[in-house]
Amino acid sequence: MSHSPSLPAKVRARDINVHYGDKHALKHVDLDIHAHEVVALIGPSGCGKSTFLRCINRMNDQVDSARVTGLLTLDGDDIYDRAVDVVQLRARVGMVFQKPNPFPKSIFDNVAYGPRIHGMARDQAELDEIVMTSLERAGLLAEVRDRLDEPGTSLSGGQQQRLCIARAIAVSPELILMDEPCSALDPIATARVEELIDELRENFTIVIVTHSMQQAARVSQRTAFFHLGELVEVGDTEQIFTNPQHPLTQGYITGRFG
Amino acid sequence: MQLLVLSLVLLALTALGYRLGRGRALAVIDCHPRHLHSLPSYHGYWVAMWCGLPALLVLAGWLMFEPSLLRALVMSALPAELAGLPDERLALVYNEVRNVARYGHSASSAAVADAARHYASLRQTIFAAAALAALSLAIAGLVYARSRIHRQLRTRNRVESAIRVFLIAASLVAIFTTIGIVLSLLFESLRFFQSVSVSEFLFGTSWSPQMAIRSDQVGSSGAFGAVPLFTGTLLIAGIALLVAVPLGLLSAVYMAEYAAPRFRAVVKPLLEILAGIPTVVYGFFAALTVAPFIRDAGTALGLTVASESALAAGLVMGIMIIPFVSSLADDVITAVPHSLREGSYGLGATKSETITLVVLPAALPGIVGGVLLAASRAIGETMIVVMAAGLAANLTANPLEAVTTVTTQIVTLLVGDQEFDSPKTLAAFALGLVLFTITLALNMVALSIVNRYREKYD
Amino acid sequence: MTDNSPTAAAAHRPSLDAAAHVRRRYAAERRFKAIGLGAIFLALGFLAILLWTIVSNGLSAFMQTYIRVDVRFDAESVAGEDYQGAIKSALYARFPAVESRGERRELAALLSSGADTALRRMLTADPSLVGTTKPVWLVASDDVDMAIKGHISRQPGASGNRLTDRQLGWLGELEAAGTVEKRFNTILLSSGDSREPELAGLWGAVVGSVFSLVITLIVSFPLGVATAVYLEEFAPKNRWTALIEVNINNLAAVPSVVFGLLGLAIFLNFLGMPRSAPLVGGLVLALICLPTIIIAGRAALKAVPPSIREAALGLGASRLQVVNDHVLPLAMPGIMTGTILGMAHALGETAPLLMIGMVAFIVDIPASPLDPSAVLPVQVYLWADSPERAFVERTSAAIMALLLFLGAMNLAAILLRKKFERRW
Repeated sequence: MSHSPSLPAKVRARDINVHYGDKHALKHVDLDIHAHEVVALIGPSGCGKSTFLRCINRMNDQVDSARVTGLLTLDGDDIYDRAVDVVQLRARVGMVFQKPNPFPKSIFDNVAYGPRIHGMARDQAELDEIVMTSLERAGLLAEVRDRLDEPGTSLSGGQQQRLCIARAIAVSPELILMDEPCSALDPIATARVEELIDELRENFTIVIVTHSMQQAARVSQRTAFFHLGELVEVGDTEQIFTNPQHPLTQGYITGRFG
Repeated sequence: MQLLVLSLVLLALTALGYRLGRGRALAVIDCHPRHLHSLPSYHGYWVAMWCGLPALLVLAGWLMFEPSLLRALVMSALPAELAGLPDERLALVYNEVRNVARYGHSASSAAVADAARHYASLRQTIFAAAALAALSLAIAGLVYARSRIHRQLRTRNRVESAIRVFLIAASLVAIFTTIGIVLSLLFESLRFFQSVSVSEFLFGTSWSPQMAIRSDQVGSSGAFGAVPLFTGTLLIAGIALLVAVPLGLLSAVYMAEYAAPRFRAVVKPLLEILAGIPTVVYGFFAALTVAPFIRDAGTALGLTVASESALAAGLVMGIMIIPFVSSLADDVITAVPHSLREGSYGLGATKSETITLVVLPAALPGIVGGVLLAASRAIGETMIVVMAAGLAANLTANPLEAVTTVTTQIVTLLVGDQEFDSPKTLAAFALGLVLFTITLALNMVALSIVNRYREKYD
Repeated sequence: MTDNSPTAAAAHRPSLDAAAHVRRRYAAERRFKAIGLGAIFLALGFLAILLWTIVSNGLSAFMQTYIRVDVRFDAESVAGEDYQGAIKSALYARFPAVESRGERRELAALLSSGADTALRRMLTADPSLVGTTKPVWLVASDDVDMAIKGHISRQPGASGNRLTDRQLGWLGELEAAGTVEKRFNTILLSSGDSREPELAGLWGAVVGSVFSLVITLIVSFPLGVATAVYLEEFAPKNRWTALIEVNINNLAAVPSVVFGLLGLAIFLNFLGMPRSAPLVGGLVLALICLPTIIIAGRAALKAVPPSIREAALGLGASRLQVVNDHVLPLAMPGIMTGTILGMAHALGETAPLLMIGMVAFIVDIPASPLDPSAVLPVQVYLWADSPERAFVERTSAAIMALLLFLGAMNLAAILLRKKFERRW
């Protein structure tokens, strides 16, 4: 498909294990993610796909009981190295959440917040430009151009989610993690976000967790199937959906369980 | 005044530190913040921290140790005629020296006047030293921190760690408060128990804390049997609960089960007003209106009622804790799951039957917890009993007689002129220790009951 | 029911008897409801009686009786600052028939012993008054004031020895001449405490309360918010944190008088801070308020949905930035509401302040938090303890002032909550 295996992987995961207290949530996961591809993580609820996603930007740090072992690199740098500042890591790895979660601030401030805390703009004009570009790229600018001062929470659900995407790309991350970004949206808004994901592939690498196999098939180039904390199978999306190698994958995509 | 000026100067220096640090950071990266590890403002805060914190520590140390240092220095320089005095007299002399030096009181002797002059000059010197140290530390810190700024300096992490230390320190204040309470109560109580035995205090039935100050003075020898205080406290708290529990509980039941939302919206805040009125107001009300009323009513019925009867104080205290009981009971009753009520209605029970036979029994642990909390509040309540319960330490269960309580005695023993070593004053701390222990135990039990109850229905 | 035979079952079928039973049950239902409502109205009735007692007693304190006399500012008494003498001569001139010393003393007692301050003030404002005779309204003594307001009987011989029959006669004469008047009581609102009820004012206590509350706010607000933020946003869930939490909950229920003992032992005796000073009062009150603010703060922080925190963290905000930029601003109205309620509580607190010597009789208005001072509730306590009849109405007036401040603070808290209430 679109990725070229000769390039070094953007994200390289080797033998990743996650424990929540006594619970072994993710078991010996090896996965490479290449630049400018959309990788979909699928699998039944509680299979560890979201856990894996949250390892990549260390959101699991927020959970006191979580323990992550194994090697996870971004462009060759160990993400879990002691010297790594999570704040800088998260500036490189953006995240879009399941439920749209705009800040209760204006649309402008929502997008401007990231650039502000990372000191990306020298002056107001630069900041304005970043905000406008991000909104434009998220396909939202036309809808909100005249109401940048209104609270982000006043937008519709689909608009809110695109605002969250604009907010994420305003920091110019290299990688965007999406945790079931469309599960709270109606079909039309979902289609809009899916189109957007496809457009974003040009500039960003995207890892998306989804419950919908159709969505995985529509937006991703490669798909990884998780089951009970294990990575069962990973491959080109077309291959996974047409010719799964593992019986579990087969069972899942044909709807026998999950 | 001097301190104010010094603080302002330090504050200005700190602000300057922020400006310089921020400016330096911007200069280092040639105005493009993305090249910095942390935002320029964090560099500013970092420099300001280096500038302000050490100076602040010096000032705090000065505030803390100046009095004892001054005392030691002045005492060591006292002339022999004064230095030879016994300790208590010496303390008085030192007090006088301080008042002469600081507030311009006139000195009783030439030696004191000399000492006061010595005190004043020492005080100036110590302040000057502290000020100098603080200022030089501030400037040194500023210069050092500013020179350290470079591109990869992680000032954000450093500033944030400092703030985190502050947050942790703040949360320890609560712990230290408790430790402070326990230690001060224990320490003074131990001194008290050196002159009065624990068993006499806890089991003695006669309380008359007036001690003869001079040996030749006629008067009571002092008796510290606290039993009348405990019974008095229990009597008044018991009356209060007798008033508050039924009224509070019934109000809560009506509010939670019957009241229309609009009725509730009006009446609930009105009831809460009862809890917001200062206790001193209740005390005044009890002494001015309720006690005479009860006395007159009692006289009309042919009873002898003391003008500071336990009934008056207990009644008013009961009124005060009605909202306390009712809001706790309200919470507890609304937490009873709806399914229980529906089960009862489904069997054809009326609302009152459902409440008395299903809801209240289910809510009982929570209600008991709430009553215990109210009891602890009643036992610890002070102003009402100080103003309306009187000082007579009668060992009685008759609510029409005057009794006294633990809190009343604490206040009485400590208000007014006191010397800090007499058993009379120290007795207040022993009483405080008893009060603290009992209310703490009640609270712990009540909170654990309430928490267990909440978990049951969550 | 152990009897399961068909006849027994038939006996339990609804019948006329059962209808009566149901009626009884409904009657019980109505009784129960009425008792509940009765309990509420009883409680509210107490509140009404309490407030009515205070207001009906206290309202008259806002007026004060003044007596007009023609005072001659002769150069001699002005030079000697003998304004009392000038007042006395004026009174003697008004009642020339009074000659014996005992009678004259009674006559002079119609006016307050502090009436001369008015003259001093007039002369300072206008030195040209020297040598002239001017009608001046002077503060009457508390007993005259009480008599005019009808709190003590004016029947000869029935005034409980507070006023003699002669004094009542003179008072009647003055009144008939239109030289007795009730005026708005500015003394009550503008001066410090006094042993003479007619000269006693609340202002010293108000200033003392303000100083104390400012200290309380400065100390407890940052500490309380910092603690709440730490416990809610940063603290790992371990035994230490649990200990701090239990400790705070218990501290909230420790009787306030125990905090007074702490203040006495630590602040006064150990650290040697000044007695009776708002500084120490404010510190003690801060410790009392701290649990309230922490608990309110934690509740407000908890109400901010975690998705906001995740969004900011996902953008690469540090935890402190998350708190500072998002969580704290959203929680601030709740924290402020809790703080105001805590402050209101502190304003009404009395017992711990008695322990640290704030019961001293202090005439001067405090100029700084280090000066000895009273606070409003302690002033209420002191006046309530004074035997003079005139202090009853002044105590009630002080309570009205106290309740007014409390009401304003609570209203502010309610408005704040209404305005910024946010449902997620």
